[in-house]
Amino acid sequence: MNFEQWWYTLPLRLRLRFYPKQADQELKDELRDHLEQQIKENVARGMSAEDARYSAILALGGLTQIEQQCRDARGANIIEDFVQDLRYGFRQLCRGPGFSALAILCLTLGIGANAAVFSWVEGILFRPYPAVTHEDRLVALAGTARGESGATEVSWPDFLDLRRSCTRCDELFVSKITGSTLSIGDHAEVARGSIVSANYFDAIGVHPILGRGFEPGEDVGSNAHPDVVISYQLWRDRFKADPQIIGKMQRLNNVPHTIIGVAPEGFYGTFVGWAMQFWVPASMEENFESGGYKLEDRGARWVESYVRLKPGASRAQAQEEISAIAKRLETNYPATNRGCGIGLWPLWQTPFNNAGTLLPTLEIMLAVVALVLLTACANVGNLLLVRSFTRRHEMSVRLAIGASRARLFKQLLTEGLILATLGAAGGLLVAYWCRHALVLLLPARSGVAMYLPGEIDWRVMAMSAGICLIATLIVGLFPALQIRNLDLAGALKAESSSVAGARGRARMRSGLVVLQVCLSFILLAGGVLLLESLQKIRTTSPGFSTTSVVQTGASVVAAGYDVPRAKAFQDELIDRVRALPGVESAAFARVTPLGYATYSSTPIAVDGYQPAPDEQPAVDYNQVGPTYFATLGIPLLSGREFARDDDENAPLVALVNRTMVERYWGGQDPIGRRLQVKGGWARVVGVAADSKYESMRENPKPFFYVPLRQDFTRGPALNIRTTQSLPSISAALVREVRALDANLALYEMITLQEQVNRSTSPQLVAVTLVSILGGLALLLAGVGLYGVMSYAVAQSTRELGLRMALGAGAPNLLRLVISRGLRLTAGGVLFGTVAGLALTRLLGKFLYNVSPHDPLAFGSAMAVMTITGITACLLPAWRATRTDPARVLRD
Amino acid sequence: MSKPSDLVQGTLDLLILKILALEPLNGWAISQRLKQISSEVLGVSDGSLYPALHKMEQRGWITAQWRPSEKNRRAKFYSMTRLGRKQLEKETANWNRISAAISAIVKLKEA
Repeated sequence: MNFEQWWYTLPLRLRLRFYPKQADQELKDELRDHLEQQIKENVARGMSAEDARYSAILALGGLTQIEQQCRDARGANIIEDFVQDLRYGFRQLCRGPGFSALAILCLTLGIGANAAVFSWVEGILFRPYPAVTHEDRLVALAGTARGESGATEVSWPDFLDLRRSCTRCDELFVSKITGSTLSIGDHAEVARGSIVSANYFDAIGVHPILGRGFEPGEDVGSNAHPDVVISYQLWRDRFKADPQIIGKMQRLNNVPHTIIGVAPEGFYGTFVGWAMQFWVPASMEENFESGGYKLEDRGARWVESYVRLKPGASRAQAQEEISAIAKRLETNYPATNRGCGIGLWPLWQTPFNNAGTLLPTLEIMLAVVALVLLTACANVGNLLLVRSFTRRHEMSVRLAIGASRARLFKQLLTEGLILATLGAAGGLLVAYWCRHALVLLLPARSGVAMYLPGEIDWRVMAMSAGICLIATLIVGLFPALQIRNLDLAGALKAESSSVAGARGRARMRSGLVVLQVCLSFILLAGGVLLLESLQKIRTTSPGFSTTSVVQTGASVVAAGYDVPRAKAFQDELIDRVRALPGVESAAFARVTPLGYATYSSTPIAVDGYQPAPDEQPAVDYNQVGPTYFATLGIPLLSGREFARDDDENAPLVALVNRTMVERYWGGQDPIGRRLQVKGGWARVVGVAADSKYESMRENPKPFFYVPLRQDFTRGPALNIRTTQSLPSISAALVREVRALDANLALYEMITLQEQVNRSTSPQLVAVTLVSILGGLALLLAGVGLYGVMSYAVAQSTRELGLRMALGAGAPNLLRLVISRGLRLTAGGVLFGTVAGLALTRLLGKFLYNVSPHDPLAFGSAMAVMTITGITACLLPAWRATRTDPARVLRD
Repeated sequence: MSKPSDLVQGTLDLLILKILALEPLNGWAISQRLKQISSEVLGVSDGSLYPALHKMEQRGWITAQWRPSEKNRRAKFYSMTRLGRKQLEKETANWNRISAAISAIVKLKEA
């Protein structure tokens, strides 16, 4: 039936369906009208009233018959059938409320898990910034380094040049995450914000509800435009929705800023992972970033930005143009740009926010929830199969009295559709409840929870509807297949236990159970692999000690300390901390390993090392204070640590790590050799062992250290090696800091172990989710197995009774039933192992020092599956032993 | 009642569509028009007219509306749809083909 036909006949069909009485009355009216006209004509021809009437009825042929013929002529009405099926289906479901509830619950969990992950994928990866106009044309822009994967930053002058020359881009704008301590009244808290280019709000099409956005030119100059736009939440919660807020002053990092605008509700900035609370123009960059004024420094790479492509321009085309521009910059400014490229990434691969870190987790989750859905469908299919057996008689009767098989098929699919639709509705509810759940698995940093909203939009709905249809097909298919080989005569001959049919059905049910066992086995094995990997990551030594070292920081930048004051403060604080009881040593460092802050990277030159023609060696480094290595427990392989007199007045020195020695000095002792950093030549005074710097899973890489005093930053992290507990050292430190300056606040204090744990949180998320879903699948498989075995026992009471009568004892029967169940389990495990060996390779990115084919993981999954199998069979087996042979044989 | 021959049955749709192609009519008017046109040769009984109309309505070839007729009585008027026009073309072509074939056969026998 094509669309046009629907168009013409839909009103009629709906009418026939929903107003059948009226339609019938109209048919009668129509025929009576005809009859009356005929009578009138007959009378006009001269017949008597009686004859006229008789003759008219004769001509028409009996009102009732014609009416019936007209009704028949309407033929089968799809809508009518469908509504009838729906109604019948609902009645069927209400008849077995326990069955229906179980089936709907299974589907709710299966579809809900899918919808939740879809909503995360949508809200985090594909549509992270719903308030931004033309989000579909937005791509991320960051730097690349030749010969290295991953992304770096871009310098501000490079960004300006790009913006001037890119013809395939509508807009380029900067959005670099930063933080500040926000003191309003007597309450101070950490706030997240973005340093943005002046075109930011115009480029993303977000218009402040109060005041204005930034104006062109506000991103020029050093500390030239202390203006801030605040978020709606901040305005509402911290400023009590003050309508007179515009023009008021707010101190950010101790510099007074004028509040010039309030962003609209529902706009959280452009950073996946955190809800932004304020935006400042790039001219205020040095107040928020370490490293001084960078807007005119082509060597300082700190910019993270986005590009909106022109309509019709593809990312590849824009990339081509931008690469050409980067090439030109490289030629024009070889000193700063050699080996540096610029790359575009789709939003879901954005390298500088949490989209990139969560992408692999979400990819795995998509595969996992698909498996869970399949398990749930198999379970419901199994339930329906059992029920289709009890409904065999009904189906046979309906076939016998003339229902077509297609009609019965349609009806069973409708019942599946009802189940799946209810499951999908429940699933969307589950997804709605879980839309912010991802944040629960990720630790808050500095007391600010992450913001990772799931987005339930029409696309997620459509995907869920699609899943629902697939579920309908799978779920409805099994009982429907039964109709195909329904033997009418056999079935009608009472409930004669037709062994052949039952065997076919049993095979199908067993197949479903094997499928369930197989799927949950894969999830189990994957879960164990991830768990093992997490365990390995967390127990591997990062190269520094984690247990007795804590780290924190003080808000000296926010309090407006200048460089001399910060130096004095650092010296005094470190002396006081070292004097505290239980403190073994303490040291400042700009960045703590595996923390959130990023290391500085710099182009280097090394005495005696000849780089390849297009190679620009660049290495990450850290600025650390005296006794840093002793405090963190990083072994020194040769030479010495920095001392207090390695200060701004002393000759420049550096410490390098072992990998750097291998790479640039060919493994020879580098002590006394020179290294050029930021234009100055530093002498190597020591070699430190390799450790982990940014990620627990990184490979050893070249790294070096310079004294904090020779590359100063006002707000470094303070590391303390202590025997005291975290609360007591924390309290002592607060006292010391207060004693120095009551206006200072202390940042969150955590152990380095906690730091390591936080850095591995994506792994934890993966482990947690896979475990939850794997457990769910295991439960479903257990229920499926239990169902099949119970049914098998109930069906074979005669056989069991006979066996008992012939002398089989309870242990024999127990063994018989359990071994049957285990055979199914073994089948599932076998298929699961084969599929698992192929599939666990997908976990590659998550696995650390664990082979995807790790026998321990597969072995323990097998053990768990076997135990589950035995447990599921115990009750049916016990029931088998309770068979009363006398009664069975009598019946 | 008296069942029309198969040939007529098949062509009843064609006749009705042809009539409705000119103007929307109610059932009575269609039956009168049928009698006039075919000079009562085909002997379409009113009894088969209405089921045919309902079937065609169900197929979307014609649609029905209740409108006041000339004597201000409400009557069900049938009108042809675009789909019906297509069907008419198809059935006309079909009829031409068949009748040509049949008359050719008939002439063959005479020769």
